[in-house]
Amino acid sequence: MTALEFAQQIKTKFGDLISEPAGFRGEITIKLANAERIAEVCEFARKELGFDYLVDISSLDNYGEDPRWTVAYHLRGLANGCELRVKADVSEEKSELPTVIGVWRTANWHEREIYDMMGIRFRGHPDLRRILMWEGYPYFPLRKDFPLAGKPTQIPEVAFTQAAPLEGGPFVTAPGGKDAIEREPRVRTAEE
Amino acid sequence: MPTRSEIGYDSKIEGDVIATRIDAALNWFRKNSLWPMPMGLACCAIELMAAGASRFDISRFGSEVMRFSPRQSDVMIVAGTVTYKMATAVKRIYDQMAEPKWVIAMGACASTGGMYRSYSVLQGVDNIIPVDVYVAGCPPRPEALLDALIKLQNQVQHEPLLETLKKTA
Repeated sequence: MTALEFAQQIKTKFGDLISEPAGFRGEITIKLANAERIAEVCEFARKELGFDYLVDISSLDNYGEDPRWTVAYHLRGLANGCELRVKADVSEEKSELPTVIGVWRTANWHEREIYDMMGIRFRGHPDLRRILMWEGYPYFPLRKDFPLAGKPTQIPEVAFTQAAPLEGGPFVTAPGGKDAIEREPRVRTAEE
Repeated sequence: MPTRSEIGYDSKIEGDVIATRIDAALNWFRKNSLWPMPMGLACCAIELMAAGASRFDISRFGSEVMRFSPRQSDVMIVAGTVTYKMATAVKRIYDQMAEPKWVIAMGACASTGGMYRSYSVLQGVDNIIPVDVYVAGCPPRPEALLDALIKLQNQVQHEPLLETLKKTA
């Protein structure tokens, strides 16, 4: 069976909750209308369709749009060799969706990373702490409205951060430029 | 015919007695067995390992005893990117080291934050602990680390040890 057929099976089972499977370069994506039911869909994908490996969970910040967050689950079946992407939108006011630790235990750290970087909470997670930044850090650094250099913070007796000196940067490379001068890292504005 | 230098120890004249200053002698003991605390945090640690291995052989300079306990080490070699999360641990380990203690900041990241101009990286380990020798490079070759160690030995040799000891006594 192909990933598309598995996606159709999920759609048959859940009906209007699941969007029409979209294909791009051989990869199949389905989108959930309601993020609250993500654990249910994942449970079905694992138990009935054999997607026994959760490759990754990633999150997107659609800054300026509503809903602001998209959470993407990358599923793989080791026996059937298929990959499937499941996406769900989450609004900024809510910023919460159910955990899938009950389906794949490996989701634990993935969800902690998303909480740490993006500030999206996972309901039912047994240990929702920061994983990369230090505990008590007040910001979510992967959000689009957070500056690359960071912001100064000070938690006495715990830790501190300072804004990094960018010295005119960030310096951005331009791959595909016709010579090295064009390609090398330079200060570039969005229009260029 | 062997040439003879005017200065230095001559066993025929002086026998088993050597006259020297006490802090010169104490510093000489110290500088030739600087036990490192390998604070390996990134790719610089690989070069640090190479410096410790047979080809570059840091033991030629008396620093081969890598101690993984801060209580037994003299010089902390901060080899790699210090993130803010790790910075608390680095500071804590430095505080646990017994005096006298020195620090080598190995590589661009430990010295200045290097290419990581970002929210997560401490911009130079000298923001939290005093650094004696900075090593340039990304990562520095083992020779550069050995050179830093020799520079640190020279610094240790010229420390006013006796004065410091009298002051603290």
